[in-house]
Amino acid sequence: MSVVKVAGVTKQFGQTTALQGIELEITEREFVSLIGPSGCGKSTLLRIVADLIEPSAGTVAVNGKPARQARTDRDYGIVFQDPVLYDWRTVAKNVALPLEMARWPRQKRNERVREMLELVELQGFESHRPWQLSGGMQQRVSIARALSFEPPLLLMDEPFGALDEMTRERMNMELLKIWEASGSTIVFVTHSIAEAVFLSTRVVVMSPRPGRISEVIPIDLPRPRLATTREEPRFFELVTRVREALHLGHDLDRAVPPAQEATA
Amino acid sequence: MSSQAPVAVQPVPRGGLGRMVGRRTVDWLPALLVGVGIVALWQGLIVWTHAQQFLLPKPTSIASAFWTDKHELWSAGWYTFQEALGGFVLGSGLAILLALVLARWRPLGTALLPYAVAANAIPIIAFAPITNQWFGGGLTKSSKIAIAAILCFFPVLVNTLRGLTSVRPQDLELMRSYAAGNVEVFRRVRIPTSLPFMFTGLKVATVLAMIGAVVGEYFGGALNAIGVLILSRSRVFQFNEAWAGVLVVCLFGLALYIAVAALERAVLRWVPSTSD
Repeated sequence: MSVVKVAGVTKQFGQTTALQGIELEITEREFVSLIGPSGCGKSTLLRIVADLIEPSAGTVAVNGKPARQARTDRDYGIVFQDPVLYDWRTVAKNVALPLEMARWPRQKRNERVREMLELVELQGFESHRPWQLSGGMQQRVSIARALSFEPPLLLMDEPFGALDEMTRERMNMELLKIWEASGSTIVFVTHSIAEAVFLSTRVVVMSPRPGRISEVIPIDLPRPRLATTREEPRFFELVTRVREALHLGHDLDRAVPPAQEATA
Repeated sequence: MSSQAPVAVQPVPRGGLGRMVGRRTVDWLPALLVGVGIVALWQGLIVWTHAQQFLLPKPTSIASAFWTDKHELWSAGWYTFQEALGGFVLGSGLAILLALVLARWRPLGTALLPYAVAANAIPIIAFAPITNQWFGGGLTKSSKIAIAAILCFFPVLVNTLRGLTSVRPQDLELMRSYAAGNVEVFRRVRIPTSLPFMFTGLKVATVLAMIGAVVGEYFGGALNAIGVLILSRSRVFQFNEAWAGVLVVCLFGLALYIAVAALERAVLRWVPSTSD
């Protein structure tokens, strides 16, 4: 069954076409990365799937329901580039936020929060304030919060974009572990080719002006993926494929006559 | 998430109460020295220039007048403080309620706020003789409560409203992803975000409440009110006693301010700058 089905989605912001004719189907347990240069509409696409913004045309189905219904049913958890933690809540209370809103009884809530903090290895930080944690730890709290109510779909908008390379690679490993343990479907927006290849079952390459999907590349690297995966020849081959697909998108862009580009 | 991760950041150290008080005393020391210096300079200048008592009495004369009349001053101060406190609670309470309404129905806020700001520019104090008659006559407590309430109203309204609308867009986006209703957005995001702003308004209001009550009394009030006492003493040239009255007003105003600031510290423990 498809978890996400995007059909004919177009998004206009005033005169700008952010997305045009997007077709994308994501099935259960997939890990799909959206990659592309700035302005290709990858974050916009994620936000449309999340029903945080509405498409100008086309339809989005999540779990076989319209995106609006899926949001109201809390079918997805979302992680933003910024951790978006509430300073007035402790770490534990931030993780518990969606559970409180879903009216979980306190006992069950506390249990789940403990489990989630264990999963992201933040035991002992329950009563800390978000600003007392490092950037990587904050993002882990954000992931714990998004996973706490076991949504079938996890949407991630450049979650590790603000982290340094080493922390990012560690977070990638941890995310894969969490993904394998939780059995959820993940849609992941990123700028990093290596990150997209390392994590995904499929990489969706997008190009800008107007934002569109230029290629979908299946990633056939063996699982589980380890630190050494990044050193395998197949990994480099796939990285090169994605890089070329990205550049092809750019070259197409360059082929547009200057006069036409100016009016676009 | 790797095994060594949880030690990455140490919790912010919280000193014991003794250490906190100790550091505070050191923090306060410069201000205390300046205060002592000013009073000494004041005393010295008057002794040296032989200034007239009705222009500016010596600090020691004020202190001795304060000591002699302490029971009367204290009870008069307390009477006025009750008016100020009533006005503070009433005015701030209404302002917070209105701020919530205006933040919830934004077009209403856009329509009303310019008038609120314009009304704030009216020197309310100038109306005290008139407002004294509006709210139960010049001698009643309620007329002073009304003036204090009006003075408190605007700073609390403007600051609270600003706080309620200063929410980070991403905080709202998260709420939207949870399909949160309006009540939940207010409860979980807007109100917590507004609290530091609201307390700024409340602290300004504490001072205004005392001013409102005392000035209201200048235009007629109960005999045992501090404003009336200050006015009557200065009319019969008892300037030491009048100044002692002003001192009592200061002390009560300061007490209210400190109480609100303490409440702020207790409520806003999550703000990095207040929890050091």
